[in-house]
Parts: sequence; structure tokens; C-alpha cells
Amino acid sequence: MNDIELKENRLRDNRFVAGAWSLVKGNPIAVLLIIAAIVVGCLVDNFFSWANLANLLSNTAVRFLIALGVSGCLITKGTDLSAGRQVGLAACLSGILCQRADYTGRLWKSVPEMNIFLVLLIVVVIGFVVGLVNGLIIAKLKVPPFIATLGTQTIIYGIALVLTDAQPIGGFQKIYTRLITGRIGNVRGFHIPYLAFVALAFGLLFWFIYNKTRHGKYMYAIGGNEVAAEVSGVNTAKTTISIYITAGIMYAIAGYLLAAKSGGSSASMGTGYELEAIAGCTIGGVSTTGGIGTVPGILVGVLVFELLKIILQFLSVNPYYNYIVQGLVIVIAVALDIRKYLAKK
Amino acid sequence: MSEFVLEMTGVCKSFPGVKALDHAELRLHPGKVHALMGENGAGKSTLMKCMFGIYKMDEGQIKIDGQPVTISDPMDALHKGIAMVHQELQPIPARTVGENIFLGRYPMKKLFGIIPMIDHDKMYADTAELLKKVRMKFDPKQKVGELSVSQMQSVEIAKAVSANCRVLILDEPTSSLTQNEVDALFRIIEDLKAENVAIVYISHKMDEILRIGDEVTIMRDGQYIGTWPAKELTTDMIITQMVGRELKNLYPPRANVPGEEVLKVQDFTSINPKSFRNVSFSLRKGEILGVGGLVGAQRTELMEGLFGIRSHSKGSIFYRGKEMIINRPKDAIDNGIALLTEDRRGSGIMGVLSVADNISIASLKKYLDFGISINKKKVEQLVQDNVKVMNIKTPSSKTLIKSLSGGNQQKVLIGRWLANNPDVLILDEPTRGIDVGAKYEIYCIIADLAKAGKSIIMISSEMGELIGMSDRIMVMCDGRVTGFVNGEDATQENIMALATQFE
Repeated sequence: MNDIELKENRLRDNRFVAGAWSLVKGNPIAVLLIIAAIVVGCLVDNFFSWANLANLLSNTAVRFLIALGVSGCLITKGTDLSAGRQVGLAACLSGILCQRADYTGRLWKSVPEMNIFLVLLIVVVIGFVVGLVNGLIIAKLKVPPFIATLGTQTIIYGIALVLTDAQPIGGFQKIYTRLITGRIGNVRGFHIPYLAFVALAFGLLFWFIYNKTRHGKYMYAIGGNEVAAEVSGVNTAKTTISIYITAGIMYAIAGYLLAAKSGGSSASMGTGYELEAIAGCTIGGVSTTGGIGTVPGILVGVLVFELLKIILQFLSVNPYYNYIVQGLVIVIAVALDIRKYLAKK
Repeated sequence: MSEFVLEMTGVCKSFPGVKALDHAELRLHPGKVHALMGENGAGKSTLMKCMFGIYKMDEGQIKIDGQPVTISDPMDALHKGIAMVHQELQPIPARTVGENIFLGRYPMKKLFGIIPMIDHDKMYADTAELLKKVRMKFDPKQKVGELSVSQMQSVEIAKAVSANCRVLILDEPTSSLTQNEVDALFRIIEDLKAENVAIVYISHKMDEILRIGDEVTIMRDGQYIGTWPAKELTTDMIITQMVGRELKNLYPPRANVPGEEVLKVQDFTSINPKSFRNVSFSLRKGEILGVGGLVGAQRTELMEGLFGIRSHSKGSIFYRGKEMIINRPKDAIDNGIALLTEDRRGSGIMGVLSVADNISIASLKKYLDFGISINKKKVEQLVQDNVKVMNIKTPSSKTLIKSLSGGNQQKVLIGRWLANNPDVLILDEPTRGIDVGAKYEIYCIIADLAKAGKSIIMISSEMGELIGMSDRIMVMCDGRVTGFVNGEDATQENIMALATQFE
């Protein structure tokens, strides 16, 4: 046995190394992007800055909520193409209802200025209803999720256009924008946005639901083998509908936050977010073949995707190229994910 | 020149854990109908798939006209003049009859002499010709999905004829046909015989074999038993040859004493007229009721009907004298019934989930803290209890179930149901695809459950298992219950006689 082999054996014996290696093997895209971030950080000034980190956190927070919403659909072998449009609808509705009473461009003049938490409640109820409709179409009418949500996506966009008359919405109550964009601390530019805490809270809630409740176990069971779940007494229709309702509520909350974060909203807000959310989930190890996916994985996936965007931004890449790179990453991530299951056959 | 158009000798084929064919033989005369017979699992279909190039033989030889040949795939088989009409037809319903027949070998023409395109006129003209040959009168441009099952079968036969085959394999061609349709099929067979085509005819129906067969080859356990002229055989002789073996497997001793009646089923009938009908039976506490029959006897469908997976049009189920309304699996489960399905991979295991998740899925509400949070320790306890009682071999409760052996997967699934403490367990082919050692363990588990007062319904296509395990055997044929046999009186012959009682 030569020296190299000895060295390899010693490495293999080390449990930490073994654990790290399995992590690398499980998330190759994530590892590649983190390496890329380190390289970019060394080459470009200000990349490793507290301000940039805070920026990354607040961008990730909203996307993470959307990804959590769509993750249930993916784990049960479904999908939700209406996610982005639902975010847009919630953003428009939140925007309209949160406009200042004295704002000249106010859309619904007859409605009195509303408490922003009441507005949150209203958009969540709307999200519930939209999710319920999606769930019923999929679980009861048996329309494949891809087609069902392709249809509702278009309908929801239409509703948002009707609501806003295709005009941008501005003039929000100060308290709305201040609260949502608020942050804690300011050490050399580093602060923690409130949004990060919201994301953390939902992350913990979803972790609990996915790992500790019957709903979570039923969700994985449906993704693993829907017929077997049904035979085992799982009410698959009810579970599926709950998943799409939960998703609708998450998109509504994300839309509510996004409108305030951006300081304005329009019907086109949220365009393409469903694809980013699905991409984030997939990069984070949610399997396209169903039954597999964890909340920490989804967080990593979304974080890595946002990291990719920031890297491209810092490299001053022409923004048009961003789409090309992001698309490539999605395809490569899924191709690698599928490989894991092909090899096991 | 050989007297046989096709000869197969010494054919062996193994699948993991099973020797499907053990020196099987078949010799076909041109212009004769050769019936191939044997029990479920005797290796008939496997032998045909070897002939047709779907499976590769481990050993053995195929000769055509006395010349040794190798058949690499179905395309190759077709080129060598062998065609097959499968038991389960696989047409493309949304395309026309002509397109189905000429799929993959469409007649072509050249547009402007250069651009290749499909010659639809020729295709449909040829199709019309072929349909005339098989005495069918429908439009070549009709969608196959609009045809009846027998018409689809005629399309398949027309397809086989169009390949100018010299050997035609018909695998259980009449299993879904009415008597008139069978007569029509037999006329086609007579026509083909006149053209010197050799026909391999696989069927369980004795009267058909004796009516249309010229020669009969019988197989048993993958082995060649013999070939006889059909004239010299009687139904009884065929059955004796098909099942004539001694029981090699061991079964646990019968120690259960059936008690009072637990379940009563009356006049249970499917909404599908071709499925189970007018089924009545009862089940006693601690009884093992075996359910025998041939493939297609609708045993699985009946059990799925009782469990609420399939719908029924009439009939009632009484549980301890009280009528139960069962419309979906949850209703049956709530009433203390469990169903271990036949297709372990398709409707049993959730492959990508852990042993713990798989074993607890049907009984999760038992492990909740505060009515919401699943207590991991209680689930782990469930896994460990089952591992101990049933000797499940798994590295840990977190192991993915798909990495366990078939026998251990089956034990996990039995554990899934036992966690609900059901009174009635329906086991559909509980030992299918499981190696012999694990089979005995499963038998012991079943016997212990009966001893503990559980009532068991066990569907099995293995005669030995059925006779060795059951207190009573219900035999089905073609959707009907054709009779009951007591465990101690049961023989392979009297079960087979009931199982082949076609109307």
C-alpha cells in the first residue's frame, strides 16, 4: 500500500470528513456555487460585506416563503405554476388596501383607510380560497397539477389586471412599509431585517408540520406512493387540498411582504417566481419523483439561488445573461438530481 | 427438412430467487393448434416470451425448420415468422386500426420523388385486405379505442397475420371474450391452420383445448411434463398432469380453532359486469379462509371491492351481525379490516420512505402528543416490537424500505396493518415473490395471527400454500364463487375442477 492509499483510508475513517463528503455529494450545485462565491469574494471588493449579507438575507426571506408553499406540491409529485401570479395578486390587493387615505392616486376611494393587519388577514383569506380552488381542481376533478395551475395562473393574472386596471399601485401607509422593511441592529452596516425573522418562524413551523404531524407524514406518503397511501386509509384528496391551501396562504403572505418591501406593486409583480421557487426546491434536494424533500434543504436551495444572482450582479454581468445562467443551473441541478435515482436502479 | 416448424429444447430461465423454466420443451407442427397448459406460474408465458425474444434464455436451443437460430428481440422474432398476441392487449387507443397494425413499419412513398412520407392509401387498402382475412367488417380508419375487446384482439391477430407469420402465439386469447366472439376467433384459427400456420394456444379452459387443440403440451413448475395428441386426453387427465406433484413446502401445524361468525358477505356484485358477482361467504373468528382460482378469476377485485377500493352495485357486508357501509378504504379500516395488497411495489410500500414511516402510516393517530405532534419514541417502539415479533431484518428504523428484501418488506407491511389491531386481515398473495425461507416465516406469522383470534382471508395462486394453510377454501372462477372445500378434504384436483368451472 502506498502513501496515497494510506492517506485516503485515513480520510475515510474520519467521520467528519465522511459527513462532509456526503453533503457535497448530495448537493453538488450548492457546493459549486459556494466555491464560486468564495472565488468572486476574493476577486471583487465589497462582496464580503455585512451590507451584502443583509441584502442576501432579505432577498432570500420572501423567496423562501414561496418555496415553502410550493414544496408541498412538489413532494406530492404535483407542481404549482400559479405561485408567482398568486404572489402578484396578493401584492396588488395588499397595495390597494394599504394606500394612504390622502394619496391622490388612491384606487378605491370609497374604502376607508384600513388597519394593515386587517389587510393581511384579507389577503390570507383570498390566498386560502385560491389554494382551495387549485386543490379542488386537482384532487376532485383529477386535472393534472401542471395543467390545472397553468389555467388558474392565467385566471389569477387576469384578476390582478382587472383589480389594478394595469396601473402601478403606490402611496402606501408609512406604517406598512416601515414595519416590513424594518430591521434590527446596525453594526458596520450589518443588520437583520424583520423579514429574516418572519422567514425563520415559517421555516420552523414548516419543519414541525413536515416532520411531526400526520399531515406531513401523509404528504410524504402520497409522494412516495399515492395508491399505497390511499389503501392505508390516508384521505389523499383532503391532504392534497390542504397542501394547495397552505401554498396559497404562503403566496399571499409573500405577496403582502413583497409589496411593502418594494414600496409599490403592479399586476406583473411575481412573474416567474414560481419557477425560481421550484428551482430553489430542486437545488435543495426536493425530488422531482416525489416523496423527498426537507425544509433545511429548501432553505439551502433558495439561498444558493439568491447567491447566484448576487454573484452575477457583482461580476457586472449583463442582466440579460442572468436568465441564461439561471436556466442552466436549473437544468443541471435537476439532471444531477435524477442521476441519484437512476444509479440506484 | 424437419417435421417441426419450430422446436425448443432444454430451455432454462432463472429470475432472482426463482427458476422459472427448467429444461422446458416445445415442438410445433405446421398447420396444427398446439395447446400449452399448466398452472399459474408453471412457466407457459415465460417460455413464450423466450420464443418471442422478450426474455433471453439462460440455456436451451431454438430450431426453425431444423436449423438452430437465436432470437434477439421481438423484431427479430417477427422477421423469423413468429408473431404473438399478448394476454394483455396494448393497442394505442387514439390511433386508427390501420396505424395500429402498421405501427413501426408504415408503407412509405416519396413526395415529388424525394420527400419520404407515409402512404396512407396503401396502408388503409392493405388493412382492409387483412381485416377481410380475419373476417372482420369494421372501418380501417376507426379509432382502436372505439372497438370492443374482441375486435381489438382481431386487430392484433390481423397484425400478426400481416407479418406473414408461420408461428402464432395466442396467450389466453378468450379470457375476456363472449361465446360468440370465441366462435369467431376459432373460425380465424381454422383459416390460419389451412394456411399451414402453427398456432400455440395458451388457455386454462379445458373444453376449448379439447375442441380446437390438435396437440397438448403440459408444463409444471417450469418443467416439461409431456406432449399428447388432444384426442387421447380427457379433462381429468390434463388436471392430474398439471397439478400432479407432492407438497414440498412445509407449513406450520394447524392449531387454530375457528369460533363464531365474524364477517358475512351476501350477494356482493361489482359495478363492472365482467368482474365479481353474486358472491356470498362467511368468515369465522380465528379462521383462515383460502381463496383459490385461476388468474382472472376476479379474486383480487372482490377483495378490493370489500375493502372499498372498487365499487359494488349490490350486496351487503355484515360485521358481527351489523351491516357495514364501505365506500373507501378508510371505512373498512375503521371497521377493523386490513388489506395486504397483491402488488407490493404498486400499492404497498412507499419506497423512498423509511421503515418507520412505512410501518406507522396507517396508525399515526396512536402516536400523537397533544393530539398533533408525532412522538418519535412511540413510533420507534412500534418498529422495534415488530422487528422482534416478526424477525424483520433491517439495519435500522430509518432504513429506506426499498432496500429491504421482499420478505422483509412484506413483514413491514403486515406490521403496518397489525398496528391498527384489525379483526379481519385480507392477505392477497402474501408470499408472492418471496424466497422459500421467508415464506415459511410468513406462514408462521399468519398461523399465529389466526391462533390469536384474527380472522384471515388469504388469496393464493399456489396450490400447496392454499391447501397447507387454509381451514376452508373458497374457489372462484370468472367472477363467481364456484364452491367451498374444507381444508382437510382439499386436493389439487378438486380445487382445479372448481377453478375451471366456466359457464
